[in-house]
Amino acid sequence: MLALMWRRFTKHKPAMLSLLILAIIVIGCVLAPLVVGYDPYNAPVELRRQPPSLAHLFGTDELGRDLLMRIWVGGRVSLVIGVAAMVISISIGTLVGALAGFYGGWLDNGLMRFNDFMLALPHLFILLLAAQLLRTLNVPEISGGPLPIIVIIGALSWMGAARLVRGQFLSLKAKEFVEAARVAGAQNHRIMWRHILPNAASPIIVAATLRVGNAIMTESTLSFLGFGIQPPMPTWGNMLKNAQSQMTLAPWVAIFPGLFIFAAVVAINYVGDGLRDALDPQHVE
Amino acid sequence: MPDSQDKLLEVNNLTKYFPITQGIIFQRKVADVKAVDGLSFFIRKGETLGLVGESGCGKSTTGRTILQLYRPTAGEVFFQGKNLAKMQSEELRKMRRNMQMIFQDPYASLNPRMTVGDIIGEPLEVHHIAKGKEKKERVQELLQIVGLNPYFVNRYPHEFSGGQRQRIGVARALAVNPAFIVCDEPISALDVSIQAQIINLLEELQQKFNLTYLFIAHDLSVVRHISDRVAVMYLGKIVELTDRTSLYKSPLHPYTKALLSAVPIPDPVVEEKRERIILVGDVPSPVNPPSGCRFHTRCPLAIDICKKMDPEFRDVGNLHFVACHVV
Repeated sequence: MLALMWRRFTKHKPAMLSLLILAIIVIGCVLAPLVVGYDPYNAPVELRRQPPSLAHLFGTDELGRDLLMRIWVGGRVSLVIGVAAMVISISIGTLVGALAGFYGGWLDNGLMRFNDFMLALPHLFILLLAAQLLRTLNVPEISGGPLPIIVIIGALSWMGAARLVRGQFLSLKAKEFVEAARVAGAQNHRIMWRHILPNAASPIIVAATLRVGNAIMTESTLSFLGFGIQPPMPTWGNMLKNAQSQMTLAPWVAIFPGLFIFAAVVAINYVGDGLRDALDPQHVE
Repeated sequence: MPDSQDKLLEVNNLTKYFPITQGIIFQRKVADVKAVDGLSFFIRKGETLGLVGESGCGKSTTGRTILQLYRPTAGEVFFQGKNLAKMQSEELRKMRRNMQMIFQDPYASLNPRMTVGDIIGEPLEVHHIAKGKEKKERVQELLQIVGLNPYFVNRYPHEFSGGQRQRIGVARALAVNPAFIVCDEPISALDVSIQAQIINLLEELQQKFNLTYLFIAHDLSVVRHISDRVAVMYLGKIVELTDRTSLYKSPLHPYTKALLSAVPIPDPVVEEKRERIILVGDVPSPVNPPSGCRFHTRCPLAIDICKKMDPEFRDVGNLHFVACHVV
């Protein structure tokens, strides 16, 4: 089964290329800060706004910090936020969708109307409001760090997943193997999580992959607007914000973080695309 | 209540209507599909009751309603003296140890993401009969009983043929040592060459484990082969019910006669003389069944009263039940 999926995935050229790019980004983010000798936070000021050179491949920013180093460190934050927000969003979405699809009736109606309500909210506005609120509350341990951002993004992005999972549960619960499980004496929770969910896994995995890209984008937007992760901790988004004032003096300060956001999001989307094809049993080659 | 001890299952006035609703948020009922409408019969311990009828006449719904996969709209189902229709879900779940089902489609009825060991072992696990090593041994024993290699426990359903998958389905039904099994067209999705194997397996298991079957099928020859008694259904009602010999030798209901006349006889001389009773028209819709006797629109013997009065399902002697005004 897995071997077949991998074979199908490898045939998807853009997805394979994207997987390679993602692997490079992830390995870079994990290993580079341990290996390369630049400090992402403190640097001699006389090195400020140096164009890309052999010593500083992507140049330095307005405080003389090595840009590549900051991209690797910022990438850690951005990727962690992307993955963690995805986990929250997919978990809530799966739970809501599974309950709605499996039980139907008034529970389904209630949950789905709540889902519609959440979708109808202006998201950026709510994101900004929630971020601002958390900042005003000012809990020192978490303010300005990634945790609030993760929770906010996760809690506002589960609706698509909920609809997807509900649809899967609706169609799968009518299958004969579900009836067979009921005859065997399986309880509702066992039927939901052991019988239906594994059969709905493929589209959920695809949705989860795409969610990571979206979460990275949202985090960048928030940080760019100044509501996300607070400096000096770098993320790709707040590096872009920083670069605003430097655009004419040092364009590389804006270009490289932007390029990384772009590359990571595009690559994640293509990997999701490849997974969709690889996991779809109806897919014809 | 069942009057004698040898009745394993007794069904009284079993009825299942499926509502047809309109509207998205505020659903209102506009009509009912009268899939099963007032069935009464019993099954004795150790016997096989065949249930035949055309597609859409409510055979499968009957089987599923008896097992409470669909809760009945009305009526009683006494199984081992207890009324299943009144049971709460947890009590019913525990009761499922004693009644199992074999499904029609061996491709749809096995979870593609579970191994054979997990599929057959599931009833053992949920009823806390066996787990771990003990469960695995029992599964292997069951595989052997149904004629499969015990080595197959770790394989997935897609690695098997239709006939083998149906054997897995049989093993799952047997796992909890049930008293009663509903066989819902267990062979109609299989190749003809495999059908006989599964039939023989079911018969052999019945002898070995003293099983009681409700055998649902549309193939009259198969039903004749395996059943002790046969019930004929038409549009949600049983029109005739009797032992196998009298049903096939001397059918009383005009619908039964028409059905039996459609079976080819494997002897060219006799087959030449076979007189087919061809029914006119189509099966009416179960949403709006004909008044009176449901068969009157297609019955060659219909008289006035058939349009007005639903015939009583009565015993015409020797437990030969028939629902017809003319007989």
